[in-house]
This record gives sequence, C-alpha cells and structure tokens, in this order.
Amino acid sequence: MTRSSRHRLAITFAAALLFLLLPLRAEAHLPTIGLGPVYDGIFHLLLSPEDLIPVIALALFAGQRGTGSSRRVLWILPVAWFAGGLTGMFIATPRASALTCLSFLLVGGLIAANAKLSLPLTTALAAILGFFHGCLNGSGINRFNDGAYFLLGLALSVFVVVALFTSFVIPLRRQWTLIVVRVAGSWVAASGLLMLGWALR
Amino acid sequence: MKASKEITTRFAITLLTLLLYAQAVEAHVHKGEAVSFLSGLKHPISGLDHVVAMIAVGLWGAQLGAPAIWVLPVAFPMVMAFGGMLGLLGVPLPGMEIGIAASAILLGAAVMMELRPPIALAATLVGFFAIFHGYAHGSELPPGESGLLYSLGFVMATGCLHAVGISIGLVHRWNWGQRWLRVAGAAITLAGIFFMWKVFA
Repeated sequence: MTRSSRHRLAITFAAALLFLLLPLRAEAHLPTIGLGPVYDGIFHLLLSPEDLIPVIALALFAGQRGTGSSRRVLWILPVAWFAGGLTGMFIATPRASALTCLSFLLVGGLIAANAKLSLPLTTALAAILGFFHGCLNGSGINRFNDGAYFLLGLALSVFVVVALFTSFVIPLRRQWTLIVVRVAGSWVAASGLLMLGWALR
Repeated sequence: MKASKEITTRFAITLLTLLLYAQAVEAHVHKGEAVSFLSGLKHPISGLDHVVAMIAVGLWGAQLGAPAIWVLPVAFPMVMAFGGMLGLLGVPLPGMEIGIAASAILLGAAVMMELRPPIALAATLVGFFAIFHGYAHGSELPPGESGLLYSLGFVMATGCLHAVGISIGLVHRWNWGQRWLRVAGAAITLAGIFFMWKVFA
C-alpha cells in the first residue's frame, strides 16, 4: 500500500468515525411521523408478510413458468395492485383475512404442484391477486390525502420484488433447486391453511 | 492486487459504518408480533415425539430416493397444516397422542426395514400421520400470536426437520450408511414405543 493510499484510507476512516459520532435524535415512534407516502408504501410491502408472501409466491410461480409469464406478471401485478388500491380507497372493503389465506393457498398450491398454467391464465391470476390485495390496502388508506403516492410506492416495491424473485427462479436448471421452489410453495400453501383455521376459529 | 486490497478495505469501512450507524428505535411493536415467528419456529422442535417423526420422514424419503425424496417433504406440510386447521377449528380427533406415537413406531420401522412400498402408499401413510401431528400443533397454538408469522415459523421448522432427515439420509449411498440408517430407524421405533407407553401409563 502506497503512502498516498494509506493517507486516503486514514481520511476515509476519520470521516466514517466522525459520521458515527454525529448525534442523532432518537425517533422511536415512526408510526406517527411516517417516512413520507412513497416510502411508507415501499416499506408497507416489505413489512407486511400478508402482502409480501403472495407477491413472492406469485413471482416464484411465474419464474417456474418461464420468461414469458415472468415478464407478464412483472408488469401486470404492480399495475393491478395500484388499480385495486385506487378502487379500495373509494369503496369500503372489509378486512377479509379468510380471503387473504385463499391467495396463499392458491398460489402456494400451484407452485407445489408445478401447475402448467397457460400465459393468459397466469396473467388473469396476477391481475386478480394484485387487484384484490390492492383493494385491501386501499381501503386502509382512504383517510389520507396522499394515498395515491402511497400506492405508487407500494406498486414500485411489488415490481422490484417480482423482478428479483423471477430472475432468481428462471435460470434454475438443477433438479434439486426446482424442488426447493416447490417445497417453498408447499410451505406457503400450508401457512395459508393454518391461517384459514386461525381466521375461522 | 494492491488496488483490490484498497477496495476491500474501503468496502469494509463503509459496511462497518453502516452497521454501527445509529438507527431509530422502534420500541413499540404490536402485541405478539415480535415473538410469533420465533415461537412458531420453536414449537415443532419443542417435542421429541414430533422431532423424531419428522426426521423419520426425511430418512425414509432419502432411502426411497426419487420421487419420494421430494414428494414427501412437499406433501407433508400441506397435510399437516390441514390437521392443524382441524385442531384450530376444534374438530374432534380421537386418539391423537396414539397416532403420534404410532407414527414414530411405523415410520421408524419403515426406515429400519428399508421398506419400499409404492409411492402412493408411502405418501398416504405419511399424510395420514401428518394429520395427527398437525392437529396436535393446531390445538396447542397459543392465543395472542400473529397467526401468519406463527404459521410460517411453524411450517418452516417442520420443513427444516425434514431437510435434516434427508441430509442424514444421504449417507444411504454407502454400505455403512445404509446400516446406520437402519440403526437410526430402530432407535426411532424404540422412541415411538416409549411415547406409546407414556400415552397409556
């Protein structure tokens, strides 16, 4: 290591140390201050397993079905989610936890069975699932004026999650890796069944 | 090489800075949510009767080879969750403890004798016992937990127990491994006899 690079590293280290020592206010109550509507939407998906898991599951299923289905789901799901959210903002939707479980069961079951769904059916599934979950989200945010920005953040994060997981599954070729995806689907379906029992309890 | 070392050092400093960066404290999580996943994860491994039966399923699957090695771990969580749903709904299932003990005896015996029934019969047998295990879990689920996170943890822990069984069962490719698997099957059968004795004692 040369003298100049050592010097640069020392400066970087000192800057990092100063940055760490910077006093920050502890903002412990994020639910009251929020992060702004777009970031709230993004984080809503990442922090809500009842929405995140169906998105991941649908991405895994689309990945199983190949590039064509994945490309279709990548665009249809966020758009349907956004449309459903806008609809949900204006109509009263009950918190249908039993119906949420059905989306787990349906998509998880399709992955576990490695169902050979056609492209139009996969598209319809993505549209219905996105619209339904979006509607549920939208009905919860209709009190806020900037709900559309929240939904925009939500749809963006749906897009990113689908892109990440489909691109993870599509290149899989080895038999055991394909089985791991199916096992993951069976776990999603099993969780859906248990949640259904929980909801109907 | 020097340049790559410098890049690595810079990367390490940045990573350390980010890790040590003061984050806002989210102290008030919803009731039960912080522990639900972990308590779900812990539940299947808290009882030895469940643990040995799940591992036996994995061992047997590994002995049987494809397609049983993946059919059993895909089917078991879904059938077990169905049993869990029955337990949650309070549907009566007589002889639950006997069914669980019998599962250890029979699955252990199948591993010990390296039985090779048709895949449909093996899946039916495993599925039948999965209902008893799921029912026991479902009827014991504590109130006040997040249903989804608990269910996820619970299903994932069961799946991981199967994976442990399958991983151990991979020694089946060697002669010494086949002998040790049979010994493990005998041990599981003995454990099952002990559980059965406890039921009637």
